[in-house]
Amino acid sequence: MSYIDLLRESWPRLLQGLVITLELTVISLIVATCLGLLFGLLSISKNKFLRGIAGFYISIFRGTPMIVQAMFIYFGITGATGINMSAYTAGLITLALNAGAYISEIFRGGIQSVNPGQMEAARSLGLSYSMSMIRVILPQAIRMMTPALINQYIITLKDTSIISVIGVRELTQSGKLIIASNFRSAEIWFTVGLMYYITVYILSKAGRLIERRMSYVQSKNK
Amino acid sequence: MYKVKISNLVKSFGTGNVLNGINLNIKEGEVVCIIGPSGSGKSTLLRCINALEVASGGTIIVDDYEITNPQVDINRVRRNIGMVFQQFNLFPHMTALKNITLAPRALKLLNKEEAEERAFSLLKRVGLESKAHSYPHMLSGGQQQRVAIARALAMNPDVMLFDEPTSALDPEMVGEVLGVMKSLADEGMTMVLVSHEMGFAREAADRVIFLDDGVIVEENEANELFANPQNERTKNFLNMIL
Ligand SMILES: Nc1ncnc2c1ncn2[C@@H]1O[C@H](COP(=O)(O)OP(=O)(O)OP(=O)(O)O)[C@@H](O)[C@H]1O
Ligand SMILES: [Mg+2]
Repeated sequence: MSYIDLLRESWPRLLQGLVITLELTVISLIVATCLGLLFGLLSISKNKFLRGIAGFYISIFRGTPMIVQAMFIYFGITGATGINMSAYTAGLITLALNAGAYISEIFRGGIQSVNPGQMEAARSLGLSYSMSMIRVILPQAIRMMTPALINQYIITLKDTSIISVIGVRELTQSGKLIIASNFRSAEIWFTVGLMYYITVYILSKAGRLIERRMSYVQSKNK
Repeated sequence: MYKVKISNLVKSFGTGNVLNGINLNIKEGEVVCIIGPSGSGKSTLLRCINALEVASGGTIIVDDYEITNPQVDINRVRRNIGMVFQQFNLFPHMTALKNITLAPRALKLLNKEEAEERAFSLLKRVGLESKAHSYPHMLSGGQQQRVAIARALAMNPDVMLFDEPTSALDPEMVGEVLGVMKSLADEGMTMVLVSHEMGFAREAADRVIFLDDGVIVEENEANELFANPQNERTKNFLNMIL
């Protein structure tokens, strides 16, 4: 069978895999970004206890391999509690919690890179802490965070392939299954790799565009 | 009567007192200029007045609000106290107009039209009507500081605090900012400023306070203080800067 014929034959399954991969990426990143904002804010809180919670979450998910996290969430939690969870759900949770930890750090860094005078100026006008955060600090922080955030989004997109270990039929798992039936390892892995590459390429181009649209010349006030 | 009443104010950052029992009453419409060597606690004193620094002891009363009472609604009190910073601290992601309308709009004190109307009249007052739609990075230092003053005035404060408002400016821009401040003083605004602009102190300040090591060493009417300092420390300091 030629490469073209092989492609024609396996294309539907690869495409299905890609769709699952994209789904996992988008949903987990939406959740992860919310988690990142939440835990990023907690990690700069004045309250020691809240900072502790954030620190604990971040260190656990940064300090262990994602493959172990996925196994633990899928096999460990379902086994220990008897809760029935599909591999897909477990995969989503793993990806969201893992990316959430990294994105928390990105938010913390972004917020802390805003000149403290900005918060003081906002507070001195009578705005509350949360209002100052939302209207003054976060808009500046997010602009500065954008490159790091897009980088994390790309990492998470590629990390979805780790979720194949618990049997989710995303792109990598689809490739594995196809190879198991036709043994055309080189061509299929090449194709799978190419599909990831093109997706990442599009994502990073889109990111670059967003970055450019959001930028203003930052006045350093110094 | 008194707009600001400070009694026995003490502030420490852990090691030793930065402010060591400050007593200072400021009448409505009075302009008070604080001078003193670097590290003497001038900024700290000013920042205690709007609780950007939390006092370690003593009381501060502005209008009828006791700032130093932990129960006080600090966001409410701060609306009445405008603050202008050495580094301007304009919001870089907003135009001059948005900088000025942000607080009145976010706090729902004015609707959009009213807020913009007020912002334009304030911009006119500081001579920057044409810069309403400019972002801070497009403005010179002097222009930024005038927008910052307009931003503080948008909340209709009845006390204005200035922390070295001209010391980050190129010399040729100092005058335009002092001009705006002078007109504010002439209109009866209660002002507390940290500044070593002696000319301005002579012209606009009712009182000059010399702060050293966290205590008020000497205070007097400007010309009198500059011409006849009583305390040795005041004399030494004035010799250094005049
Ligand atoms: N947040 C802080 N933490 C610890 N120490 C501080 C803090 N802020 C001020 N200080 C200390 O308090 C003292 C007074 O500082 P302050 O900024 O009030 O002085 P200043 O009179 O305004 O000086 P300058 O003329 O340099 O602005 C200094 O010794 C400073 O190091
Ligand atoms: Mg100072």
